[in-house]
Amino acid sequence: MKRILFCLLLLPMFAFASGGGPELQKSLNDVRNQASLQNGAKIFVNYCIGCHSMKYSRFERVGVDLGIPEDLLKRDIMFTAEKPGELMHTPMTADSGQKWFGKAVPDLSVIARSRGTDWLYTYFMTFYTDPARPWGVNNLVFRDVGMPHVLWELQGAQKPVYHEENGHKVLVGVEPADEAAKAKTEGYRRTVTDLVNFLDYVGEPAKVVRWDLGWKVILYLFIFTFFAYLMKRAFWDELH
Amino acid sequence: MKKLLNSSLEWVDNRFPLVKMWDDHLGKYYAPKNFNWWYYFGSIALLVLVIQILTGIFLTMNYKPSSQEAFASVEYIMRDVEWGWLMRYMHSTGASFFFIAVYLHMFRGLIYGSYRKPRELVWLIGMAIYFALMAEAFMGYLLPWGQMSYWGAQVIISLFGAIPYIGDAITLWIRGDYVIGDATLNRFFALHVIALPMVLLGLVVMHVLALHDKHVGSCNPDGIEIKKHKDPKTGIPLDGIPFHPYYTVKDIMGYGWFLIIFCLVMFYFPDMFGYFLEANNFIPADPMTTPAHIAPVWYFTPFYAILRAIPDKLMGVIAMGASVGIFALLPWLDRSPVKSIRYKGPMFKIALTLFIISFISLGVLGVLPAEGLYVTLARIFTVIYFGFFILMPIYSTLDKTKPEPERVTM
Repeated sequence: MKRILFCLLLLPMFAFASGGGPELQKSLNDVRNQASLQNGAKIFVNYCIGCHSMKYSRFERVGVDLGIPEDLLKRDIMFTAEKPGELMHTPMTADSGQKWFGKAVPDLSVIARSRGTDWLYTYFMTFYTDPARPWGVNNLVFRDVGMPHVLWELQGAQKPVYHEENGHKVLVGVEPADEAAKAKTEGYRRTVTDLVNFLDYVGEPAKVVRWDLGWKVILYLFIFTFFAYLMKRAFWDELH
Repeated sequence: MKKLLNSSLEWVDNRFPLVKMWDDHLGKYYAPKNFNWWYYFGSIALLVLVIQILTGIFLTMNYKPSSQEAFASVEYIMRDVEWGWLMRYMHSTGASFFFIAVYLHMFRGLIYGSYRKPRELVWLIGMAIYFALMAEAFMGYLLPWGQMSYWGAQVIISLFGAIPYIGDAITLWIRGDYVIGDATLNRFFALHVIALPMVLLGLVVMHVLALHDKHVGSCNPDGIEIKKHKDPKTGIPLDGIPFHPYYTVKDIMGYGWFLIIFCLVMFYFPDMFGYFLEANNFIPADPMTTPAHIAPVWYFTPFYAILRAIPDKLMGVIAMGASVGIFALLPWLDRSPVKSIRYKGPMFKIALTLFIISFISLGVLGVLPAEGLYVTLARIFTVIYFGFFILMPIYSTLDKTKPEPERVTM
């Protein structure tokens, strides 16, 4: 009887499975991989920071966490700051963003936390040629996005793939438009993984610290609870 | 040394009822000896309250209650403040665990009839704690000043606008502005860090005092009164054991288990797949952009689903308020001759099962968009939810109960 009741309790959980939206590709980034993070940082400061700030993050912290020595940090990463302790601002103003792209360009400090890494990965992978858009590109997961395909030279051109469903053309994915783009696919995949990895790290720089500390605390608590159990038994045994 | 300690204690005790307080609430407070694991959640809720107050103090040291700076100051805490991320995650995880502990604590009361005579006031004060906790959580949720903070508050405050004639004036009075803004954030901060914690602490003290009163005392899984059988010489209940050391050592073990689960979530799933920290709340509040889908945090979703299930706004608000408030009537709705589920009949068990299914389903529906089938389901579950309470005087009277034992069973 109890078991049946328990299963009944779980029913609502299964009843409301939901779907919708294009399927996201899995981002296989690893925030412990420093080489990948360094490459991601390099891509970010070369392709993104011109318009996107990371205004809650400091160059110095990025240097320390990613194992980039200060001289290299100053030479290769800090294009938009004088001192390592500065926040990662963009030189572009909000007004310019409004004028050029129709919308103030968002800050990317916590974009991995609001969008999720899978979404970001899919977003970077699925820009496709669309002559109807001002920048000539559209995006599978962000329809009519205001941003141009900044990493275009690394990926090459992609064309949309349609399926026929009930007489309607439905956009289901993208594929390389030519051989040149096809040859770049693997390299671009790695580039995007590194970039997403860096965004993931900046979203929560303490993540690795948290992972490394957590199991120690939990292990301690298990030992504590074991002794608490012995103490409880010592007192309760005399009751019976 | 021992002599010095004894004379110090005597010195204090001649000036302050220290020994009396210790005895009344711990050393000579006799609790039934048959508490099971359901009885951990009261002391766990107390532990979470302490965690929230302590971490809250450290967060307040670096948080800036200003619409211009709030979001950035939270990120500052997460990045630049030493161990700031730990304080913040402890506080955000603690908020959800507070509700988990309180819901399980209330459920314990529900299954073992802890609200029945003579514990009506213990239950009512507990309900007041629950209301204060809801207000505390709601106001705290505005402080990070993310999109969900802003629009969640917008939705809830606008509910007061449904009150006829004075609705608009009340919403204006709550916000302190025509929209949610700096004034709202400032007052919510004041209420969250000073006013409501003081109310909560005061109510918790009252809750414990009412329980420890010499006419009351703790209930137990058998739902019988241990004070009916006292040792004729000492006057101590035969089935009672002193809270200290027996339940202090037991609760310490309970704290251990609880903290293991708490830390597992805090260190490895602090956002709990978007249920403890919502993804949209990592976008700074933007009054110009309404999110496509606004959902409250999980602990409010059952009531939110009831609100949306009712087509009329005012009626929806009333139903939502009633769905929370109706718990307070339980001591008078339950007419069963027995208190505990162990001796209640099949009617109560079926009603309770349906209620749990409705409560959880409404919780799930509150997260989903209110459209089509979801609305129909929410309406069905709302009816069952209220049916559980409204029909209780009938089914609890008709139900076939088993006889209660004279003494507690282990």
